[in-house]
Amino acid sequence: MTTQPRTELSQEQTCTAPVIVALAGQPNVGKSTIFNMLTGLNQHVGNWPGKTVERKSGLCSQGDSAFTLIDLPGTYSLTANSEEERIARDFIVRERPDVVIAVVDAAILERSLYLLTELLLLPAPVILALNMLDVAEQEGIHVEPAVLEAALGIPVVSMSAARGIGFTELLETVQKLLAGEIPYHPRQPTIRKEHELVLNQLLTLIEPQVPQPYPADWVALKLLEGDDEITALMQAQLSPELWTQVHALLHQHEDAILDIAGARYEWIERMVRAAVVRPRLGQMGLTARLDTVLTHPLWGTLVLLGVLGSVFGITYALGSPLQGALSALIGVLAEGIRQALAGAPPWLGALLADGVMGGAGMVITFLPILLIFFTALALLEDTGYMARIAYLADQVMHTIGLHGKSFVPLLLGFGCNVPAVLGSRIIETRRARLLTLLLAPLVPCTARMAVIAVLAPAFFGKAAVWVSWGLVALNVLAVFALGLLLHRVILRGEQVAFIMELPLYHLPNARTVALYVWNNLIAFLRKAGTVILGVSVGVWALSYFPHGEVTGSYLATAGQWLEPLGRLLGIPWQMMAALLTSFVAKENTIATLGILYGDFQTILPQVMSPAAALGYLVTQMLFIPCVATVAVMKQEAGMRWMALGLGLLLALSLGGGIVTYHLAALAWGL
Amino acid sequence: MTPLSELQPGESGIIRALRGGHGFVSRLAALGFTPGAPVTMVRNPGHGPLIVSVRGTRVALGRGEAAQVLLLQREALYDDAAPN
Repeated sequence: MTTQPRTELSQEQTCTAPVIVALAGQPNVGKSTIFNMLTGLNQHVGNWPGKTVERKSGLCSQGDSAFTLIDLPGTYSLTANSEEERIARDFIVRERPDVVIAVVDAAILERSLYLLTELLLLPAPVILALNMLDVAEQEGIHVEPAVLEAALGIPVVSMSAARGIGFTELLETVQKLLAGEIPYHPRQPTIRKEHELVLNQLLTLIEPQVPQPYPADWVALKLLEGDDEITALMQAQLSPELWTQVHALLHQHEDAILDIAGARYEWIERMVRAAVVRPRLGQMGLTARLDTVLTHPLWGTLVLLGVLGSVFGITYALGSPLQGALSALIGVLAEGIRQALAGAPPWLGALLADGVMGGAGMVITFLPILLIFFTALALLEDTGYMARIAYLADQVMHTIGLHGKSFVPLLLGFGCNVPAVLGSRIIETRRARLLTLLLAPLVPCTARMAVIAVLAPAFFGKAAVWVSWGLVALNVLAVFALGLLLHRVILRGEQVAFIMELPLYHLPNARTVALYVWNNLIAFLRKAGTVILGVSVGVWALSYFPHGEVTGSYLATAGQWLEPLGRLLGIPWQMMAALLTSFVAKENTIATLGILYGDFQTILPQVMSPAAALGYLVTQMLFIPCVATVAVMKQEAGMRWMALGLGLLLALSLGGGIVTYHLAALAWGL
Repeated sequence: MTPLSELQPGESGIIRALRGGHGFVSRLAALGFTPGAPVTMVRNPGHGPLIVSVRGTRVALGRGEAAQVLLLQREALYDDAAPN
C-alpha cells in the first residue's frame, strides 16, 4: 500500500518480510497471545534500540504471502506518559507499518477502544481485532461485530485468541485490506466544539514548521494534550516569537487533556451503543465473583500464601532434586573429563573439569528451577491473578517506595535470583524496575542457602537452625533497609502513582506460557555459554595459575592481600578466597574450602571463633550475587546501575560482617 | 465534592474533577477517569489501596491517588460492586 522508503530494521534478517504489520493494544487484551499464535517459534525477542523495553518481531505467513509482525508495547494511550507509549507511536509515525492491528478486549470494549481513537489519527490503516469474545460472554456481555464495523468504518475481526479462533480471518482481512479489496473509510474521532477552534488556531501557527514525518494535525492535538515530548519537539522547531504565541494559547487550555479524553470516550460511547448488550444491573460476572474472595484482605491473603506455597512446594519437590541430580551428573562428567585427559597437559583437564564444568556447568543445573519459576510467572500473569497479588502486597511494598507488582519477582528470588531480576520486567515504570532488580540479589537463593546449610552446622551444631533462620530474616530486613535507602536517597523524587488495572480472569494460553518460558530459558542458556562461561574460566585461571593448584595461586594471593580485611572480619585468608570464588556460583565456597582445608568441617571451628563464623555467614549471605545474576542485572539495568548495586552489596555485606563479628565478640566475651 | 477515597463499597459517584500533576491526570484519563464518568467503589478496606470500577474495568488505586479524584455526588448503587 505504501511505497515510501523505510529505514530497514537490520538486526534480524531471519524474521522479516517486506510487508510490515504492527500489533497495537492496551495491556491485558491478549495481544501477546495473538502474536505468539501467529508467529510461533519464528520470532525474535530483543530490546528496542537503546531502550530496556522488550521488542518482539516475527514472521507469519498466509497462503503465499508473508508479513513481518511487530508487537508494539502494550499501552493505554499514545501520549508520552511512558517509554512504551513513545516507542509505540514513534514506530507507527516513523516506520510507517503497512497495517496496524488494534487488539481490543470485547469484555471491556469502551476502555480498550480508547487506544483506537489515538491510532486512527496516525497515518496507517487500522484493523480492529475484537478479541476475548469468549471472556465477554462469560462476563455476560454480548458484542455484535458487524454493527461495530458499520459504526467505525474499519474492518472488524471477531477473535477468541486463547482458543485459536479468528486467526485465518484476521490474516485474510490484512491481505484484502492491502489489496484494496475491502473499503476503508474510518470515522475520525471528534473533539468538543470549544476545542476545535483552539486546535485550528494551533494548527495554523505550527503547520509550516512541523518536521517530517509527523502529521501536523496530530502534533497540534498532542500539544493541546500537554504531551511532553511533542512540546519539546515543537519548542525546538519554532522561532522563540512563534513559540511564545503557541505557549500562551496552550497555557489558556492547560486542562484540555481531560476534555479531549472525555470527548474520545463520548465518541466511543456513540460507536458502541448499538453493538453491545450488557448484563442486567446487579448481575455479577465471573471476575466479580472470584474477586470477592481473591482480593479480600484475609481470604485473599490466605489464597495468595497457598498459591506461593505451592510454587515453592513444587520447586522443592521437583526442582531441587532435579538440580541435585544434574549437579551430580556434572560432577561425574567433570571426573570423566579429568580421567580422559590424564595424558594431556594437566591444565587442560583442570580447565574443562573445574573451569567449564564447575562454573558454567553448575549454573546450568539451575535450569529445572528456572523452568518452574518462569512457568509460574507466565501463568500468574496470563490468568490475570498477578494483578491481584500486586494489589494485596501493595501496602507492604509501599514502605520501600515500590508497588505490589515488585513482590512476585522478589519472592522468586528465594529460588534463584536470575528469574527475580528478569521477572522485574513485569513492572511498568523504570524506577520501580530498577529498585526491584537492585534489591533482588539480597533475597537468599537456594544456592546461598545450600552453603549456609553446610557451614552453619559445622560452626554452630544444634543451634544451626536458629542461625539459618536468623540469617534469612536478616536478609529480608536488608531488602527493606536497602530499599528505603534507594527509595529515599538514590532513586528519590519520582514515586509513581499506584494505578493498576485488574484484568478479567481468563484461562491461560498454553502457547503464550510455553513461549515465555522458552524465550527466557534460551536467553539464560546463551548467557551461560558466553558471559558466565568466560567469567568462570577467568576465575578458574586465577585459582589455578601460576603453580597449577589453589595454594599459591593468584586467587590465594588475592585472598592474602585481603588479609587485613579478613582480620577485620576475624577470618583467615582461605575464607576470603572462598568468598571470592562464590562469585562464579555460590556453591563454589564449599568447593574452595574443600580444596584449601580438606576436611574443613572439622578444621574451621578450630581456626575461627563463633563470632567470626557468624560474621562470615552474614557476609556470605549479603555478598554480591553469582555471575549469572550479575549478567542479567547488567542486561536489564545497564552497566552503571549494576555497578552501583554491586558496590552497595559489597559495602553492606562487608560492613554487616564486620559489625556482626565485633558485636558478637563483645557479647560472647571472645 | 467527595474524594473517591471516601466512597464505601457499593457506593457510586460521578467524576467531577481530577487533581494532581499532568502525567497523573493524563494516565487516569486514558483509563477512563474523565469528568462525567460514573465510578463505583468495589473494595475499600479503610487503609492501603482500594479497588474501583470505571467504564467496566476494575482498577486498583493507591489511597492517595484516589483522594485526587473528586466526585460530584454519591449514591448507593450495587452495580458491579462486591460488598465486603
